[in-house]
Amino acid sequence: MRPIKKIKSLKELEAVIEKEIELRKSDTRAVLTVSAGTCGQARGSLKVIDSLKSAIKKGNLEYKVKIRVTGCHGFCEAEPNIIIHPHDLFYQKVEPKNGKDIVDQTVLKNKVIDSLLFTDPTTGEKATRESEISFYKKQRRLVLGDNALIDPTDIYDYLSIGGYRSLLKVLETMTPENVIATIKKAGLRGRGGAGFPTGTKWEVAKRIQGDTKYIICNADEGDPGAYMDRSLLEGNPHRVLEGMIIGAFAIGASEGYVYVRDEYPLAVKNITLAINQARKLGLLGKKILGTKFNFDVHIAKGAGAFVCGEETALIASIEGRVGEPRQRPPFPAVRGLWGKPTTINNVETWGNVPMIIDKGADWYSRIGTDGSKGTKIFSLVGKINNTGLVEVPMGISLREIIFDVGGGIPEGKKFKAVQTGGPSGGCLPAEMLDLPIDYESLTKAGSIMGSGGMIVMDEKTCMVDVAKYFLNFLRDESCGKCVSCREGTQRMWEIVKNITEGCGKEGDLELLEELAMIVKDSSLCGLGQTASNPVLSTLRYFRDEYEAHIKEKRCPAGVCVNLIRYVVIPEKCTGCLACKNACPQDAIRGVIRGVHIIDQAKCIKCGACLEACRFEAVDTQRDEAIRIVEGGAQR
Amino acid sequence: MPVEAEHMKVKCLIAKHNNEKKALIAILQDIQAEYNYLPQNSLRAVSKMLDVPLIDVIGVATFYRAFSLKPRGRHVATVCLGTACHVRGGPKVVEEFERRLGVKTGETTPDNKFTLETVACLGCCAIGPVVVMDGNYYAHTNIRKVNTILKKYAKEETKNETH
Repeated sequence: MRPIKKIKSLKELEAVIEKEIELRKSDTRAVLTVSAGTCGQARGSLKVIDSLKSAIKKGNLEYKVKIRVTGCHGFCEAEPNIIIHPHDLFYQKVEPKNGKDIVDQTVLKNKVIDSLLFTDPTTGEKATRESEISFYKKQRRLVLGDNALIDPTDIYDYLSIGGYRSLLKVLETMTPENVIATIKKAGLRGRGGAGFPTGTKWEVAKRIQGDTKYIICNADEGDPGAYMDRSLLEGNPHRVLEGMIIGAFAIGASEGYVYVRDEYPLAVKNITLAINQARKLGLLGKKILGTKFNFDVHIAKGAGAFVCGEETALIASIEGRVGEPRQRPPFPAVRGLWGKPTTINNVETWGNVPMIIDKGADWYSRIGTDGSKGTKIFSLVGKINNTGLVEVPMGISLREIIFDVGGGIPEGKKFKAVQTGGPSGGCLPAEMLDLPIDYESLTKAGSIMGSGGMIVMDEKTCMVDVAKYFLNFLRDESCGKCVSCREGTQRMWEIVKNITEGCGKEGDLELLEELAMIVKDSSLCGLGQTASNPVLSTLRYFRDEYEAHIKEKRCPAGVCVNLIRYVVIPEKCTGCLACKNACPQDAIRGVIRGVHIIDQAKCIKCGACLEACRFEAVDTQRDEAIRIVEGGAQR
Repeated sequence: MPVEAEHMKVKCLIAKHNNEKKALIAILQDIQAEYNYLPQNSLRAVSKMLDVPLIDVIGVATFYRAFSLKPRGRHVATVCLGTACHVRGGPKVVEEFERRLGVKTGETTPDNKFTLETVACLGCCAIGPVVVMDGNYYAHTNIRKVNTILKKYAKEETKNETH
């Protein structure tokens, strides 16, 4: 990266942005855009970059092609992927050995490498360009889209796509009141979970008198199964920062914090770098760009406590204390960090702000539904073909997300449920697939929008086990301050755990419901108030599954170990010994090309045989009368 | 390490944060990065130097999941148990680690080589179940891959021992 030269006035910033945009346009080299977010790196993208670099160097091709290392492109299933401009070619699952071919064939000879193209899981057709891939077709990547255009570690790259132009517009032409009115009119609502109108929040914060005000970016993305905030901070930290600076100007805040999870090392690194670069360029600090506006941002790292996503607990954590929530009111807008007025917004919310300022409230409010404007990023994960980050307009149906964008369920299995909203959300069944998604509709259906995690489950997922999973998570993460949450989540977990172990009894479900309502009504903070949602929603839609566990002592999905046994299906077994070799207990008997038998007395139900079998000949027996195996002990 | 040396180290780390009470969590994170856990003496030193009651320091150190009051092994295996990893078989991976290492989650092997930990979510949901070993991410893990991962690090250990 070039050395950063401090910009001292608004005029100068305007000139620098123009120059960067020009520079980008005039660079006619081919660009190999390699995704290198945490997922990409885990799949080996750094080695791919090395191999591309050496191929380019070897051929002295620097004048013809450049590599841009970006954050996540969203299509995590296809990692590491490379987008090649100008033709918008999309190569997926690239390996280091492909580096030379990509440079020699595609860059030099304009040849498409067929084996690296994406094959649609439903139609079997190959897609050459990014735009042809079904995963991207129904998306509107207004917030995430820039991730694929910039190197997140270079502030000039952000400027070259018009970055910080919104800040310039605000400082040059708008008053704080204008900014707030615009955000309000756009209808932006908090993307962290509850969906509180952002403009209203800012208005309250502006009105409160105080010499020092703070703003906080909540990047404590604790919902398991959600990672859009990580992706934004890793891939486009300046966008979030720009949103924060604009927000600080509107509210009159002089200091800001980014509270980011310690579990996200790359996000911490990139946002720290971004803050330092912005400071050097003169976008943070005293008298920003020659105006009277002072603002600076610091990093506060979390230390692995889910409850710190709650705003009062988050504030306690920044102050260096135990992250326990407190009673509201007073709300942080009145008394927040160190007792001063504080405005907290989520990463994605801040990321929406520059765009609204740039394109206007009218443009923004045309996207989405009546009550929920704009787009929302969902992390589409679990039992789904096209896993990844999906940005869609509000109001789209679950079916469109899961089947059109997500490409349906792998291995031809049946869709069973989708879990939204993390531990505060709920599971929605197939009957709800046509539900248009916005804040209100999801709440009505017994779930919530939450931060946007969307975990798809198929017929092999046990809903009682899922409820147990969330209760275990919540009882572990409950800070313990209020009794109803601390004890309630523990007792609910015990009841559900008993049910999954085959010890459930009549009346358990009624007790569970009663307890769930009490925890909901009497807990202090959002964690406890919503802790019952996973239980209540699974009871509402999958009661028969609970009853099968209690009355018939069977797990229809074949998950709960006490209620199943692993068996070999003789008709499918080829006698390949794979399961026998994988078994840590020596519980499988059989000779090559002979049907294998699992000795139930020795079996510890670890699942290694099922994983090892390539012929689907090992299964969990649950419905049928269990085939009595020689020497087997029946549970 | 002698107590005075540890004291000096802690003093330096606290000075890095301008001796500010609000930086308590960050200071503890730095100490843990240095020692791999929070030694008792260092907590006492932090309490004294920051003028924060020891009970509050211990409170923070035990409240947050990232801190460990026990020494950890030379290699830390962290298995993600986020929802996406859970439905794809994360618990089976943890069980396999427990069997192979002969310890429960949160424990360290007697030879101090490995510590087994779980985490609520690493945010790499698309490539789950995920295991992180000393900061290296392993994607799409399963029961079989556990052995491969452990072998790799056990091999490194023997290499180090012979040097």
